[in-house]
Amino acid sequence: MSMIEFRKVQKYYGKFHALKDIDLEIDKGETVVLIGPSGSGKSTLARSVNGLETIQSGQLIVNGRDIADKKTDINRIRTDVGMVFQHFNLYANKDVLENIMIAPRIVLKMNEDENKKNAMALLDQVGLADKAHNMPSQISGGQAQRVAIARSLAMKPRCMLFDEPTSALDPEMIDDVLGVIKYVTSQSDMTSLIVTHEMGFAQEVANRVIFMDDGQILEDDKTDVFFKNPSNERARQFLSKIISH
Amino acid sequence: MITLLRTYWSTFLTGFGWTILSSCIALVASLLIGSIMAVFEVVPNKTLRTIGTVYVEIFRNIPLLVIVSFFYLVIPMYVVKINGFTAGTIGLTIYTSAFIAETVRSGIKSINIGQMEASRAMGMKYVQAMRFIVLPQAFKVVIPPLGNQFINLVKNSSVLAFVAGFDLMYQGNAIASQTFATVNTYLIVGAFYLVITLPISYYMRHLEKRLA
Repeated sequence: MSMIEFRKVQKYYGKFHALKDIDLEIDKGETVVLIGPSGSGKSTLARSVNGLETIQSGQLIVNGRDIADKKTDINRIRTDVGMVFQHFNLYANKDVLENIMIAPRIVLKMNEDENKKNAMALLDQVGLADKAHNMPSQISGGQAQRVAIARSLAMKPRCMLFDEPTSALDPEMIDDVLGVIKYVTSQSDMTSLIVTHEMGFAQEVANRVIFMDDGQILEDDKTDVFFKNPSNERARQFLSKIISH
Repeated sequence: MITLLRTYWSTFLTGFGWTILSSCIALVASLLIGSIMAVFEVVPNKTLRTIGTVYVEIFRNIPLLVIVSFFYLVIPMYVVKINGFTAGTIGLTIYTSAFIAETVRSGIKSINIGQMEASRAMGMKYVQAMRFIVLPQAFKVVIPPLGNQFINLVKNSSVLAFVAGFDLMYQGNAIASQTFATVNTYLIVGAFYLVITLPISYYMRHLEKRLA
């Protein structure tokens, strides 16, 4: 059963063809890593899954609902799809705890006690229970990203999108964040789509790796196949450049 | 000056009261309307955006006196009879709200788009994201220019004098023409305006520091 399904999806920014004829199926529980050079359309692809980018044609079915259909309630889909951004995007006017609690409160109408208990448990999970009352500006990038992950999980999503979650972090903070993501993706019923440049991490967590360039999916393989013997020439070039250092 | 103040203190106070009342009503109403128009100007919906832009461009580009005269002279002819105070306060509200809209809009624009995206990605509606995440941050940014608008509003309320709005300026004119104590009268009137505007200045600065 697929969680996310792209069918002949086209996306344009004005005249620029950002996603070309995308066909892609991601099954429930799968962890898929999306790699490719910058400007290849991987972030656009991930962001279209929860409607942050609108597609111009084709079908994009998320958890059984077609996002491109005007009758679809996009907010309903978004409660099922968590998203973690490159620049964290924690709400700057709310403390850490409130960052996690606000969406469950106003979107899911969650009971306040349950919400708080849930939020504290999540903070504990990402190792930041002591930062509950700090403002986002008072914590480090790595901590902020872990809070952002907890914030997404508070909605109890079925699927997570990670859009370059470690690209804006200092090297020594990357491991903590990757550790949390690894834990999230290991949950058996969680579907994850991860855009990343961390190849070692990709090898470790991904069931499948997708390589994109110029708005197209050029390779879609099981992880070990992709890293050992990519069939696409462009993908091979890309890997040789990245892995050499 | 003391004698003048002693003799006419109740007249001055009446004017002071009407000025404060008009300013308070116009401040609250223009902040509300201005904020709504500011949001209209940035929403994805094209119709609302056009409404917001047209509203702002019309009312900030017409002299306040023209707007007030319109409500004082034209509206009673065709729609409903309103007195000078009401016409003046409505005109003041509409005029100021256009400037507040521009101020708040610039604040909204200064907030990183990621704040809106993160809110929407969590399933919040556009209005909820604005209300709980973007606007609170935007207002914080625009406190200093908003303070300017409030001060301008209080001073602009003197336009009520032209439409028999019984405000400070109106009473000042009346006293001056009665007593010919022109200098002293307007010195006192000016001092009364300071009594309103200086605390606003001070309070906005305090707010800016407290929220920074």
